[in-house]
Amino acid sequence: MNFYAIRAIYLFEMARTWRTLSQSIAAPVMSTALYFVVFGSAIGSRMGDIGGVSYGAFIIPGLVMLSLLSQSISNASFGIYMPKFSGTIYEVLSAPVSYLEVVIGYVGAATTKSLLLGLLTLLTATFFVDFHVEHPVWMIGFLLLTSITFSLFGFIIGIWADDFQKLQVIPLMVVTPLTFLGGTFYAIDMLPPIWQKITLFNPVVYLISGFRWSFYGVADVSVALSLGMIGLFLALCLGAVWWIFKTGYKLRN
Amino acid sequence: MLQCPLESNTAPKPLNWPESMPSNPIISVKNLNKRYAGGFQALKSVDLDIHEGEIFALLGPNGAGKTTLISIICGIANPSDGTVIADGHDILKDYRSARSKIGLVPQELTTDAFESVWATVTFSRGLFGKPPNPDYIEKILKDLSLWDKRDNKIMSLSGGMKRRLMIAKALSHEPKILFLDEPTAGVDVELRKDMWEMVRGLRENGVTIILTTHYIEEAEDMADRIGVIRQGELILVEEKNELMSQLGQKQLNIQLQVPLDTLPKSLEDESLSLEQEGNTLVYRYNSQTESSGIATLLRRLDEHGIEFKDLHSRESSLEDIFIELVKSST
Ligand SMILES: Nc1ncnc2c1ncn2[C@@H]1O[C@H](COP(=O)(O)OP(=O)(O)OP(=O)(O)O)[C@@H](O)[C@H]1O
Ligand SMILES: [Mg+2]
Repeated sequence: MNFYAIRAIYLFEMARTWRTLSQSIAAPVMSTALYFVVFGSAIGSRMGDIGGVSYGAFIIPGLVMLSLLSQSISNASFGIYMPKFSGTIYEVLSAPVSYLEVVIGYVGAATTKSLLLGLLTLLTATFFVDFHVEHPVWMIGFLLLTSITFSLFGFIIGIWADDFQKLQVIPLMVVTPLTFLGGTFYAIDMLPPIWQKITLFNPVVYLISGFRWSFYGVADVSVALSLGMIGLFLALCLGAVWWIFKTGYKLRN
Repeated sequence: MLQCPLESNTAPKPLNWPESMPSNPIISVKNLNKRYAGGFQALKSVDLDIHEGEIFALLGPNGAGKTTLISIICGIANPSDGTVIADGHDILKDYRSARSKIGLVPQELTTDAFESVWATVTFSRGLFGKPPNPDYIEKILKDLSLWDKRDNKIMSLSGGMKRRLMIAKALSHEPKILFLDEPTAGVDVELRKDMWEMVRGLRENGVTIILTTHYIEEAEDMADRIGVIRQGELILVEEKNELMSQLGQKQLNIQLQVPLDTLPKSLEDESLSLEQEGNTLVYRYNSQTESSGIATLLRRLDEHGIEFKDLHSRESSLEDIFIELVKSST
């Protein structure tokens, strides 16, 4: 293992985070805070409880997931897309590093940033809404697993994209709709029966359900299924990354 | 163009230069082919050995395949076919060992923008698996006149400074082999001299250097050996001095006191010609033959009463030879 290389990439990426603090951390935390204000405090006060949880508290796990997903993806995809775009990737390609080390460096940094963001968002939520966390260890576990998985997914998008538009299209056209329809704002049994079935094809449902369970002990689907789905997606992403590096896809011509 | 009065300009060899070449090349390229995705063949069965400790200049017109060859050896592009061994390690099977020995200054100026000079050089060292060594990085930054700029953001550097920064990055992990792909493009005269001075210093410390340049006179000054590549084919690899003496010609320009319309019949010879409206008599001779025939020529001019006011000799430069080579093999 080339630990110095992993550390170099990790620190380089983290330096980028600190440099762009307002954009990478403050902005997402702030926009999530706006959701808390509007849906949690303002509208939430007129909504009934869901499964014994106040509406304001009910939406918190989903909102955290929402920003975690989009930030993990955009962070990791940008992190690898930029060197490709500017050409500085030559250095990584010519360095004595294995694919695994490159991924650990880039995805590790993106994950760290997402975790930080998730925790900060939760901290912010405490100012607006009363909520508690029943299974804190599981909560951190879900946070971590989701950050890793979607940072990997972002990494793949960053490698696949050869222009800025492609970089944006998946997060905007696929991930955002899926997260909004993933049960952030409602419990699945509130949907018409047919949509209750269809929605099970949305992977984000499992993420949010599991994450919400770690807060309030109630879930739309079983926790084991949630974990299984995250695990499956993680495995898919790992497989894709392995294939990308094995073939040099879009990296080495 | 080199002008020197009646003497050859063989550069002295460095002290540590072995007379017989070591049998184990530091880089060995065998039957290397490269077809790009579009089907274009950029390298055609290239075979090349680089000797340890030499400065090797790879010359060729735009699009000849120089950068492609370097990119493959350094791991940036995949070969379509063939093998490359660097310092005893296969660049594909044993890429870790091979790449850790190699430093690359690419042709394009590709740097980050917001990082500091110090941070980016430190990053490079780490990336190549070396433990931090601030003293060493301080030394290279000083050698490359970048020490004052160490805390500046890269984007605030001039083009020439960026080029030097890329050299600093390439040297940060103390490579045994250094590739310089047009290192002097956009660097001013004085700094260029400093840069070559540094390259010589590196060579004295045992670093093998492979460079490309379109300033042929730089290759003439610096290189021990020359390789010429044209349309993906390595058409020649030769010691520079050999090349210069084999393919080079000398000419003696004799400035006449009185211009001549024609040469006297007895002086007519294919090696003699009148140029500049009869003001200059040009004598072309092979630099390899034992006697140049100059003494005889001057005596015969005297016999014919042809007086001259000045004479100087000139050798064909590497540039002349290069242009001839690239043209003739079309
Ligand atoms: N990524 C690529 N895809 C397709 N063709 C390429 C690619 N890179 C280079 N080529 C082609 O390969 C040939 C060799 O290019 P290369 O960059 O190696 O030339 P070079 O000798 O370095 O030229 P220069 O002196 O201009 O730098 C060129 O015809 C170029 O168009
Ligand atoms: Mg080139």
